Amino acid sequence: MTETVQTPQTEPARQGNDRMRRAFFRFRQSTLSMVGAGMVAVVLFFTVFGTMLAPYPDHVAGGVETAARFQPPSAGHPFGTNELGQDVLSLVMAGTTVSVLAGFGVVLIGSVIGTLVGSVAGFVGGWADEVLMRLTDLTLTIPSLILAMAIAAALGPGFANMVIAISLSWWPGYARLVRGEVLAAREEVYVTAARAIGANPARILFRHILPNVVSPIIVKMSLDMGFAILTVAGLGFIGIGVRPPTPEWGTLLSLSRSYMPDYWWTAMAPGMAMFLAVFGFNLLGDGLRDILDPKARR
Amino acid sequence: MSEPILQIENVSKTYGARRTLFGRTAEVQALKDVTIAVHKGESFGLVGESGSGKTTLTRSILHLETPSAGRILFEGQDLARLSPADLRRLRARVQIVFQDPYASLNPRMSVRDIVTEPMLVHHDILGLSRTQRTDRAAELLSLVGLGPQHLSRYPHEFSGGQRQRICIARALASGPELLLLDEPTSALDVSVQAQVLNLLCELQDRLGLTYVFISHDLAVVRYLCNRVALIYRGELVEEGATDAIFDAPKSAYARMLIGAMPEARVRREVS
Amino acid sequence: MAGPLLRIRDLHLTMTSFDGAAHVLNGIDLTVQRGEIWGLVGESGCGKSLTGLSISRLVPTPPARYIRGEIRFEGRDLLQLPMREVQTLRGKRIGMIFQDPTTNLNPAYRIGEQLVDVALAAASHDASVLDCPADASRREKRRAARRLAGDMLDRVGIPNAKARLDNYPHEFSGGMRQRVLIAMALIGRPDLLIADEPTTALDVSVQAQILKLLKGTVADHDIGIILITHNLGVVAETCSHVAVMYAGNIVESGPVEEVIERPAHPYTQALMAAIPTKQSKRGTLKGLGGSVPNLVSPPPGCRFAPRCPLAVAECTQALPSAVEVGTAHHAACIRVTGTEVASDV
Repeated sequence: MTETVQTPQTEPARQGNDRMRRAFFRFRQSTLSMVGAGMVAVVLFFTVFGTMLAPYPDHVAGGVETAARFQPPSAGHPFGTNELGQDVLSLVMAGTTVSVLAGFGVVLIGSVIGTLVGSVAGFVGGWADEVLMRLTDLTLTIPSLILAMAIAAALGPGFANMVIAISLSWWPGYARLVRGEVLAAREEVYVTAARAIGANPARILFRHILPNVVSPIIVKMSLDMGFAILTVAGLGFIGIGVRPPTPEWGTLLSLSRSYMPDYWWTAMAPGMAMFLAVFGFNLLGDGLRDILDPKARR
Repeated sequence: MSEPILQIENVSKTYGARRTLFGRTAEVQALKDVTIAVHKGESFGLVGESGSGKTTLTRSILHLETPSAGRILFEGQDLARLSPADLRRLRARVQIVFQDPYASLNPRMSVRDIVTEPMLVHHDILGLSRTQRTDRAAELLSLVGLGPQHLSRYPHEFSGGQRQRICIARALASGPELLLLDEPTSALDVSVQAQVLNLLCELQDRLGLTYVFISHDLAVVRYLCNRVALIYRGELVEEGATDAIFDAPKSAYARMLIGAMPEARVRREVS
Repeated sequence: MAGPLLRIRDLHLTMTSFDGAAHVLNGIDLTVQRGEIWGLVGESGCGKSLTGLSISRLVPTPPARYIRGEIRFEGRDLLQLPMREVQTLRGKRIGMIFQDPTTNLNPAYRIGEQLVDVALAAASHDASVLDCPADASRREKRRAARRLAGDMLDRVGIPNAKARLDNYPHEFSGGMRQRVLIAMALIGRPDLLIADEPTTALDVSVQAQILKLLKGTVADHDIGIILITHNLGVVAETCSHVAVMYAGNIVESGPVEEVIERPAHPYTQALMAAIPTKQSKRGTLKGLGGSVPNLVSPPPGCRFAPRCPLAVAECTQALPSAVEVGTAHHAACIRVTGTEVASDV
């Protein structure tokens, strides 16, 4: 038997990264995705280092400087000062941490619950599917902000409660997505092959189905990050999120509302920060969808 | 002739009517009273066109589906009467290679994981340690014409023919006696098909395997199989030694199929 | 006869991907006359489909780029024509059939309506398509188009064709849908039909029927067909001529009997040897090792040399040009000179 199986010429070390590099190549083809990734990188940078790098750390900690109230943007205060004389730039930089972490917490908890519910519903099918999906539909009918307000009222305001409150209304989207993906993946030939081998259901679900539905979940998480940050800010805006003096974008925006339009710069910086974060995560999500889930490309 | 390893006795399968928005769909009879015996060590060809019920039959042999009537016996044991534990043990002895090598490998698993999975699942029978499993996987890969250097690669790095070799290695991993080959070469180029067919011949001789080769490609069936059964619309139309069927087909259906078979030679005919 | 129906000359096409620019078509020469059925064969990745798609200008540019060459359809170079004119040609004069029948029918319309639309569009170009006078009323034309649609479905072997005109695509099986698409491609009576693996997904009995239909269409309407397939058996039974492609080159071409009975190029010989025949004994088929090379950095000289059982040192020097080895039978191999045929004895 003449047997010459061709071995690719690339050395083994490069092989593992090949997939990543290909994906990155496709990602780079889209300018918007790159812009999104850049914006997200900036936002994540301030999430980690924002508090540290703030030019007026004592303002972040709650210090006031009444002598310097409502100063317009200048070299010393690029985004001016607020009604307590605090540097708006410092507050917004420090606020990134709370906003982005809260958004991330919401998306993470929501996707974990949703994936659990969706994969059980899709994989087990039958009555489990019925029960879980009706529960999902039921949750979807409750407006998220109202539910969050109710939970905040019951448990009291605060960072953790806020994240839990929003997550509870956030998971149904993931449950529906994952159920659909699991239903489709269940019919794949390699799943039939695993069944023919004699693999047990848990192995089939965790080894063969779930790893292949991860991509759309990641894409949705990225797209959702922006909305989650907005929702967190929304709760802050109506005053049931994080309490001052902890800086948070929604709270900052809410406080500056009373001083519009004369002291417009107090609203400008938190608004821009939110815009940047939401827009960046959305562009990144679109870009990720293009490389991870080519079928959904328009 | 040696004793039968697989007996299909009067098997029928009816898919029930389903209720839809606009009424009921009709019942579909996928298999009608099919009886086939496959003997140890032979290559048995199962030929049928789309909708003939050959897929249903394969799935029934693998016990992924239960026939509505009739029995399927593996070495004399009725599949329907096996305990779940015995059924799992049986799965190690009956394996399948699917048609589409692109769809039948999990894209997120390395070749090592793919080939060792059956050994892991049947750990209770095979009792191989982790290193033994890797060694065995490397051995299986060289058996199918690949090498240990491919262990850490992923399916997308391979061509169609190579993927089919990986599928064959996976099917052999649990040490089966009966291999169902569901059109294993129809997605491949002829040049690659020839290699895979030769590999199958070689493996059969070396490991004493029994093949049930499902195909609509008569040329391939003629090449590989010593006995053939033709099914049409769920019914067994003709069965017999390959040469006998190709040289003197009895049924009209067999004659039609053989006549329609495109052959790469010049037909001198008066047109 | 006037000039050829289709003449491709020295066509070069590159595709840019992550790995770099791949030279996927490397100087294709092909001439199709009316009344001929050309088989385009080779392994997957040889450029068969790209050649077909290039003729109907369906290769997206970028990432593809035509380096040089021309595709003349009745004398006009399709590569120079404005896209709008190409689209008109594609609809009326050049028909296409693809392998995958699921994506090419509109699920929202009945099969009959879709066929009638195509027939009426074709009739606006050539009134003789519909069997009715040119000045007939729209209603008469529609009726004629519907009659034609029914006939066409019948001819592609759809049972009870007249009644099935009112069905929607989802009510047809995959094989039936493929036959509908073939009917759709033939109904406008194109001058050139490009069929890309039209029967690969079909059963042999249906395949035989479709191939017979294609042959009949060529005989009745004097059109030209390019049949892209990987099945030499299909070529032998259907085509009048065959071009064997390997890695972006046509390595052998000529009348089908010539090529099938006296394959000159080692690649054609290898393909023939890989087909199981009545005579082949178990385990003795000759496979062809290796795979189609990466065209970003193709092997030097003859692209087949790395897999060729007859390769010698000179093979890597230069790309061999086609030599006439028989009546209109060409092969591109340095081992072939004049009427001599490459062989290992």
